[in-house]
Amino acid sequence: MEKKTLFDKIWEAHVVKSVEKGPDVLFIDKHFIHEVTSPVAFLNLEKRGNTVLFPNRTIATPDHNVPTEGQDKTIKDKLSRMQVERLRENCKKYDIELHDLGTEHHGIVHVIGPELGVTQPGMTIVCGDSHTSTHGAFGAIAFGIGTSEVEMVFASQCIMQSKPKKMRITIDGELGEGVTSKDIILYVISKISASGGTGYFLEYAGSAITSLSMEARMTICNMSIEMGARGGLIAPDETTYKYLKGKKYSPAGKEWNDAVAYWQTLKTDEGAGFDVEHHFDAGDIEPMITYGTNPGMGIKIKDNIPAGADLLGSNKKSYQQALDYMGFQAGEPIKGKKVDYVFVGSCTNGRIEDIRAVAQYVKGKQKAENITAWIVPGSKEVEKLAHEEGLVDILEAAGFELRQPGCSACLAMNDDKIPAGKYAVSTSNRNFEGRQGPGARTLLASPLTVAAVAITGVITDPRELPVVDYAGV
Amino acid sequence: MAYDKFNVLTSRVVPLPAENVDTDQIIPARFLKATEREGFGDNLFRDWRYDSQGQPKKDFILNDPTYEGRILVAGKNFGSGSSREHAAWAIYDYGFRCVVSSFFADIFKNNALNVGILPVTVTPEFLEEIFESVEKDPATTLKVDLEMQTITLQETERSESFDINPYKKDNMQNGFDDIDYLLHLKEKIVKFEKSR
Repeated sequence: MEKKTLFDKIWEAHVVKSVEKGPDVLFIDKHFIHEVTSPVAFLNLEKRGNTVLFPNRTIATPDHNVPTEGQDKTIKDKLSRMQVERLRENCKKYDIELHDLGTEHHGIVHVIGPELGVTQPGMTIVCGDSHTSTHGAFGAIAFGIGTSEVEMVFASQCIMQSKPKKMRITIDGELGEGVTSKDIILYVISKISASGGTGYFLEYAGSAITSLSMEARMTICNMSIEMGARGGLIAPDETTYKYLKGKKYSPAGKEWNDAVAYWQTLKTDEGAGFDVEHHFDAGDIEPMITYGTNPGMGIKIKDNIPAGADLLGSNKKSYQQALDYMGFQAGEPIKGKKVDYVFVGSCTNGRIEDIRAVAQYVKGKQKAENITAWIVPGSKEVEKLAHEEGLVDILEAAGFELRQPGCSACLAMNDDKIPAGKYAVSTSNRNFEGRQGPGARTLLASPLTVAAVAITGVITDPRELPVVDYAGV
Repeated sequence: MAYDKFNVLTSRVVPLPAENVDTDQIIPARFLKATEREGFGDNLFRDWRYDSQGQPKKDFILNDPTYEGRILVAGKNFGSGSSREHAAWAIYDYGFRCVVSSFFADIFKNNALNVGILPVTVTPEFLEEIFESVEKDPATTLKVDLEMQTITLQETERSESFDINPYKKDNMQNGFDDIDYLLHLKEKIVKFEKSR
């Protein structure tokens, strides 16, 4: 029998038709939409006299531009309000399930999909958002699409895609204390570069991956796109089933057993071919931070900012432009640099485990005076748990400001902007120029590192401060 | 019909040698709040093009009257990051029909083809040659022939062929998009869905 990768198996099961010398027509099981990339798709759908073919395969939530305070009130920003209202109108008109602001399951689209059990192994999942790759943690083919493609999925539940090449990233070994899944992915991107995954779909494997929780796996798959890969997946296992059992849309009863039986077949056959393979040792990974303006520009916190000779496929001018923007010098240490803001949240690290990790770390401590600390849960569910578990009390006592769920300062479409020239250490996914506000300087790091920075006010290796316990990170 | 047909484009070029130009630079998130696809060209490269007071930055290429044209030539890994199609809309709306680079990010490339912008991948050497040529002579002209799949630097007559999926090529030449194709498969798709 032909040896197949997990990716091949799922892809082939969804090809409606292969266009000769062209792309495949790929059937999409689940389509997530939000307020920013859907309105023009709905508009064009209507203009062309089409309708939503399978409304029950689309789920909506407003997340990108929403305010993170006063969500029970009318949105003040006129354009944001219009986008959210348009989403409501369109969902009503086309009978699409909407998780609106303030409701039980509202939140960042990539946080609520898994929470609801909508995301399941073996599925094809798309959304007009590049971090759709998050859902790959469940062993699904999940990737971001443009608005034209959103319209295609509405009209036909399919998109046209050429099958990408395959890359496997294997990480074996045990992670050291204070090293998290965010450090794994920042490390991998720093090795492969911000474009090294372009044209590939990734599979993450190895003992350091399979020992991770679902939340931690999502953090890894989430940032696949930061290497240029459309997505990345992890074969489902007991951890996956355990997470999904009992979720709102998870199969139940006999259907559950059938589903698990199918999910167990979802793994790469031994000997199946990948176009490229990378191997890393978990023991080499330490707390990471970015110093430049793309996620590939990352180093261990203990290391110095690379000087010209160590550059990974970048020309000198672009490198210098990045350092100038950040206000850093090549060759100097990153540790000890003064920071102004910390942000905990986003589809990368806005889940309950992340908030637990930060709370555990800052318990009984006080944030530094120079730091403004924002913590934004990824969803209402996360917010609720954070309250129930007493995490909010701990965080507020430490001087953190808890906000309501949304994408928030990750992309600063709402009022949560980092001021020009200020430094933010952020658990989000992109350190592009102006990403967190015009002129803002972003350094990406793990929730633990962000917690450490909040306490000291400067860039700090989280292992250097005494903590009670790293468990569950 | 979504966009104008693309056959042969002969034009001067606008050079942007920066690498890893992400879609947040092409169009910052705060300009994504429209509910219609209009006027995005005004905010193309917004924060590189204008200062915080909204005044044009003199040293940015789009503000330099020396350069003009319908072809944008950019450093490698163009269009990385966010999947926002608004980036492609902004480039199209500004007046570009073709972007030339030695490497494109995947989602941007798809989005570009879907809105009628031709992404042309050239070798790093040829890209360098184009940049050098434009630096010497801002009137440098490129000819992009989609049928022949060639791109030619008119000054030196150096030419390279480029790849494009035959299906996408046909779409570009006829101004079709994928929706036209997918809709004629509707019956087959409905049957497929039932079997799942």
